[in-house]
Amino acid sequence: MSETKMIATRDAYGKVLAEIGRENPDVVVLDADLAVSTKTSVFAKEFPDRFFDLGVAEQDMIGTAAGLAAAGKIVFASTFAVFGSGRAWDQVRVSVAYTRLSVKIVVTHAGITTGEDGASHQANEDIAIMRALPNMTVVVPADAVETEKTIRAAVKYYGPMYVRLSRPKTPVLHPADYDFQIGKGEVMRPGSDLTIIACGTMVAPALEAAAALGQEGLKARVVNLHTIKPLDKELIVRCAGETGAIVTAEEHSIIGGLGGAVAEVVAENAPVPLIRVGLKDVFGESGKPEELLVKYGLTAREIGAAARAALERKK
Amino acid sequence: MTSQSKAKELEAMAVKLRRHVIEMTCAAASGHPGGSLSAADIITVLYFFQLRYDAKNPAWPERDRFVMSKGHAAPILYAALAEAGFFPVSQLKTLRQTGSSLQGHVDMLSLPGIEMSTGSLGQGLSAANGMALANRLDKRESRVYCLLGDGECQEGQVWEAAMTAAHYKLDNLTAIVDHNKFQIDGPVERIKNLAPFPDKWRAFGWNVLACDGHKVPAIIEALGKAVKARGKPTVIIAETVKGKGVSFMEAKPLDYHGKAPTADEEKLALGELCRRGEKSS
Repeated sequence: MSETKMIATRDAYGKVLAEIGRENPDVVVLDADLAVSTKTSVFAKEFPDRFFDLGVAEQDMIGTAAGLAAAGKIVFASTFAVFGSGRAWDQVRVSVAYTRLSVKIVVTHAGITTGEDGASHQANEDIAIMRALPNMTVVVPADAVETEKTIRAAVKYYGPMYVRLSRPKTPVLHPADYDFQIGKGEVMRPGSDLTIIACGTMVAPALEAAAALGQEGLKARVVNLHTIKPLDKELIVRCAGETGAIVTAEEHSIIGGLGGAVAEVVAENAPVPLIRVGLKDVFGESGKPEELLVKYGLTAREIGAAARAALERKK
Repeated sequence: MTSQSKAKELEAMAVKLRRHVIEMTCAAASGHPGGSLSAADIITVLYFFQLRYDAKNPAWPERDRFVMSKGHAAPILYAALAEAGFFPVSQLKTLRQTGSSLQGHVDMLSLPGIEMSTGSLGQGLSAANGMALANRLDKRESRVYCLLGDGECQEGQVWEAAMTAAHYKLDNLTAIVDHNKFQIDGPVERIKNLAPFPDKWRAFGWNVLACDGHKVPAIIEALGKAVKARGKPTVIIAETVKGKGVSFMEAKPLDYHGKAPTADEEKLALGELCRRGEKSS
C-alpha cells in the first residue's frame, strides 16, 4: 500500500467543485463558516459571486439552499457532517427532501476520523438519519476519484443528495477512468466464501482484510457500496446468494447505517449470517484518527475477525 | 394612489377568500381558520394587487414569489390561488382529505403556484432569502415576499435568516408579519414576549414598517414603500386580529387557532361574512 496515493476526499471535493463552477454557471455554493475545512473555499476564491457564507447558521444555510434551488440553481451546501445532518435535520426534511429540490448537502469530517475534536464533532449517526428521509440520495465515496465522480454525477442528478466525506487523507483506490454510477455498487475483489460490503473510509481496510483472508485460503468478495440510498438491492441479494455470508464495514454506528440498510435487505430477501462492523452504539472521543480507529474496532483486523465469525455461522 | 373602486374590489375579494376558509375548514373538520382569517387581507392584496405572476404559467421566471412561512395558514393561500386561477375553486373543498392536493400545510409539489413547502415553523424566510439571492444572481427585477406568524418569530431560524437578509442587503425581499398576537398556548406576549418587536428587526438591520393588516389601502401603501426601500430588506409588521371577520372567532382566538368551525358555526360565520360582503360591494 506504500505506493498508493493519499488524498482526502474533502480535498477532491474542493478541486472538482471549482471545475464544475467553471463548466456550469448555475452552480452555487454555500457554507456555514467552515469553508476552509470543507474546501468550498477553493470555489469561493474563484467564484465569489456564487458563493455565500451563511455564518454559523446551518439551519439557515439549508433553507437558503432550498430557496436558491427553487429558483433554478444547483446548490452545494457544505459543513461538517454532524451539522449538515443533525443540526439542520428538520430543515433538510421539510425544505429539501419534502420539496425534492436540487440541494446537494456535501459534508466533510464524517465519522470518528474527525479525531481530536472529539465526540461532539464526530458524526456516527448521519447515514441513518439521512437515509430515513424520503427522496434523499445518500452517497459515501470511498476515495478521491469516487468523490469527483459523485460530485460530477450530482450536478446532473436532479433532487436532494447527501454526500459524506472525510477529514484525513485516504488511499486512492480507483483509476481515473473508473465507471461510477449512483445506486450501483462496485465489486472490487471477487470471492465466493463471503462478501465484505463496505463504504467510505472502510473500503480500503476491507480490501486489506480480504487480502489477509486470501492468505488463509478464504475467498472474500469485497463490495464498495458507495450509494446507501437508493440501495443496490439486486447486488446485495446476489452476494448473499452466491457467498452465503456478509460482513459490513462502515465508519458509522452499526445502527441504521450501511450495516442496517444491508441487514434489512438480507433479512427480507436472502437471510444469511451477517455481522456489522462499525461503532457499537457509543460516542467517540478525542484522539488521533488512527488510534481511534483501532480503539473503536474499525480496522482490517476487526473486519477479518468478523469475516471468520460469519464463516463459522455459515457452517 | 389606489382608486377607491380598486380597494372596494379587493375588500370584496377578501370576504370571498374568508368564506372559502370557513367552508374549507368546516368541510375538512380540521385546519387553522384563525391565522388564515388574520392574514386574509394581506394575502388578498398580495395576490390581487401586488404580485406579478401568470396563473397559466406558474413557472414564469420573471414572476414575484411568495413564501408562506406560517404554513398552517394554508387555507387562505389555497383560496387565493384558486381565485387567481391556478386551480379550480371546486378543489378547495378537498382540503386535508386523503389523496387531495390541498395538504394541511402547504406543499409546493402538490399544487401549482406554491413556491415553498412549509409547516415546520421558522423555515420560510431562509428560503425566501435564497430566492432573493437567485434573483440578484440572475439580474431579475422580481421580488420575493414572505409571510410569517408572530408566534413563529420565536423560532431561532427566523433570526438567522433575518441576519442573512440584512447582511446581503436583500432589498428585493419583503417580509410581512401577521401580528395577530395569539399562538396555540395563549397570547404571544404571555407565552414568550416578542417585544420590543420592531426594535428587534431594526437591530437586525431591517427597514421596519407598520400597518393595519386589515385596511387594504394601508397594506398597499406599506408594500409600495417596501419596494422603494434600498440597501435593506423590509419587514412590514401588520397589526391583525386572529379570526378577523368572524365575530365569535375574534372573541375566542385561542379556540380557533387549529380548530375548524362546526356546521352550525359555519352558517353563522358565512352569514356574517355575507353581510360584510354586501357592505363592501
